[in-house]
Amino acid sequence: MVERAQTNAAKRAPARKTSGGSKAAGSARVLGASAGKKSTKGKGDKAQAKAPDAASAKPSDAQRKPKEAAEAKATKRSKGAGEPSAAKRKKATGSRGKLAGRRDELLGYFRKMYEIRRFEEESARGYAQGKIGGFLHLYIGQEAVGVGISAALEQEDYLFQSYRDHGVALARGMSANAAMAELYGKDTGCSRGLGGSMHFFDVANNFLGGYGIVGGQIPLAAGTAFKSKYTQDGRVTVCLFGDGATNIAGFHEALSLAGLWKLPVIFVCENNEYSMGTPMHRTSPVKDIADKGPGYGMEGVICEGHDVLQVKACMAEVVERARTGGGPTLVEMKTYRFRGHSISDPAKYRTDEEVKTRKAQDPLVVCRKHLAAAGVSDEELAAIEEEIEAVVQAAVAFAEDSEPAKVEVMENAVYAPLEA
Amino acid sequence: MAVQTYRDALRDAMYEEMERDERVFLMGEEVGHYQGAYKVSQGLLERFGERRVVDAPIAEGGFAGVGIGAAMVGLKPIIEFMTWNFSFVAFDQIVSNASKIFQMSGGAIPVPVVFRGPNGAARQVAAQHSHSVDGLYAHFPGLQVVIPSTPADAKGLLKTAIRDEPNPVIFLEGETLYGLKGEVGGADDLIPFGKARIGREGSDVTVIAWGRCYYEALSAAEAVAERGIECEVIDPRTLRPLDIDALVTSVEKTHRCVIVHEHLPYGGVGAEIVDQIQRFAFDALDAPIIRVGSRDLPMPYASNLESLVLPTVERVVEAIEAVTYAES
Repeated sequence: MVERAQTNAAKRAPARKTSGGSKAAGSARVLGASAGKKSTKGKGDKAQAKAPDAASAKPSDAQRKPKEAAEAKATKRSKGAGEPSAAKRKKATGSRGKLAGRRDELLGYFRKMYEIRRFEEESARGYAQGKIGGFLHLYIGQEAVGVGISAALEQEDYLFQSYRDHGVALARGMSANAAMAELYGKDTGCSRGLGGSMHFFDVANNFLGGYGIVGGQIPLAAGTAFKSKYTQDGRVTVCLFGDGATNIAGFHEALSLAGLWKLPVIFVCENNEYSMGTPMHRTSPVKDIADKGPGYGMEGVICEGHDVLQVKACMAEVVERARTGGGPTLVEMKTYRFRGHSISDPAKYRTDEEVKTRKAQDPLVVCRKHLAAAGVSDEELAAIEEEIEAVVQAAVAFAEDSEPAKVEVMENAVYAPLEA
Repeated sequence: MAVQTYRDALRDAMYEEMERDERVFLMGEEVGHYQGAYKVSQGLLERFGERRVVDAPIAEGGFAGVGIGAAMVGLKPIIEFMTWNFSFVAFDQIVSNASKIFQMSGGAIPVPVVFRGPNGAARQVAAQHSHSVDGLYAHFPGLQVVIPSTPADAKGLLKTAIRDEPNPVIFLEGETLYGLKGEVGGADDLIPFGKARIGREGSDVTVIAWGRCYYEALSAAEAVAERGIECEVIDPRTLRPLDIDALVTSVEKTHRCVIVHEHLPYGGVGAEIVDQIQRFAFDALDAPIIRVGSRDLPMPYASNLESLVLPTVERVVEAIEAVTYAES
């Protein structure tokens, strides 16, 4: 399905304007879902508002109604040709049977998202206890993006992230032990205690790093994609960054080069609406980041980042295009962080009401709705939560018990040794 | 040995290494169809094609990052800056990424990228195009800083940078040296990093100089030799790693030292060498060490003023006289 939205506001309206093939700015394609906004603005929201703590929120009966569930398969349909009506979309959504077939997949997503949520809560606690230092940027609220993206990638694909990197690293397969130990500054950490929160690395999972300078990782992603094109290795690169990064030169230069050379890279903007404390309307001349893509010869698409199924479906489509020589895409994930920019930010620049409203679309709650539609019981989820709790607590214990970062590692990790 | 220009020595180093290793590619502004802004990449496009000789748009930060990213996953990029002055818009990529990724990844991801291009003042190109960046990049652990003064060093050191070096290399060519001729080594004559070269032996004063200033030092040494002052002129060739042992050994012999560099005098490599020598050879010194660098000013355009800012033979001679307490 191809839907086009003129503006952010239009995009949020249930009946989206559809149009023909123009890729002009202001008409970014919306990918991933037919899961009507209409339904998520219905009773579900109300019910969730009563239980804003998403980690423990159980979906209400209303939320579990099949019609509330998203059917998020990325369907490629001919552009402009008889777009499905709202009714048709509705019909395509909420099929218990369809989601039932994706039961295991959904459980996997839930498991990982819940692990990220609990990991981040524990890291906040470790910070408050003085066991974790430096900056700490939490992924709470954005879990569906990292998990949905990872689900659309092959093991050998490359991934870059900004400093808000814990969640994506875990989604990509890093162990909670290695992640927590890094935060604790231990030798067993994923970067041996040299990187810290902002610089997670996991070569085995092709997670090529968390980067602390806004936008600095974006040209690197063009570089790994250049290598993939150069060697025809069939890999794609995904590069994540925030909405603030789309104002810095690295973003523009990297997209310009990637568009020019048709590199197999997906640029994913996690638009959480705030560039630290400044709302996007005060930092960006356009309402949709996706509109910045066409200027660099690539399509810009918009995806609802709170729904892991929509993220997966959207990414699957653009990853396939990149892998088959169709070049790069700029994807804008509409998402939201529930905490401040970093742990030290009380986020006074937004209202409680706004946060409350957005928590109604907590990725975990949305996922629970899908799970309910797929016939998964609360008991099953409770058992998973218990398992994950053990994993996260074990990670904390592992981090506590690990050896401190080593002087000899620090001294030897400046220059790579000459190959023998 | 073949005699070549510095320019052709660099081209042959790239040509030979690209022949040898498919992972090596050249990227930069005007490196392909234009044959290089300074013709250093002459003929490479014809031999290796557009896949490996890549013309980039004017986006130094972007294509420097492409080089770093490609190096992270196994290629061996050579990124040409039309001049190092333009590297300032890629400074974040070089400093925040290239020099630190190996460290930030806990030693997991080497970054074997070579950044190269002409460094320093040319003739009357004024404030924004006359920077000598050696002092700047040598500041950062994680980078290797190479600054050849002769065609032989240019070829041998560039081959080492491309073939063997697993770390990011800042390769600083002399904008005014490209036409200089000299003997060069063959396809497998690599020059290791961290080995200084003694260009002239002497017993009275150690003159440490690199890049274009190496020639000012040699000329000054000839001038004072007529008065019986014998200078030992040493070119460290690489500023990171620095062959401090060779420098200290020479100072222990001569007991006097002059350092000549083109970069600005506030801080920098000259100051670093002064510090190390006074620490490691304090007892050997018979005079304070004197540095001769560019004057502490933005480069002016006017020819008469420019020549007052850059280090000159005359200023080096004065420094040699000062450390030997000689009458001028």
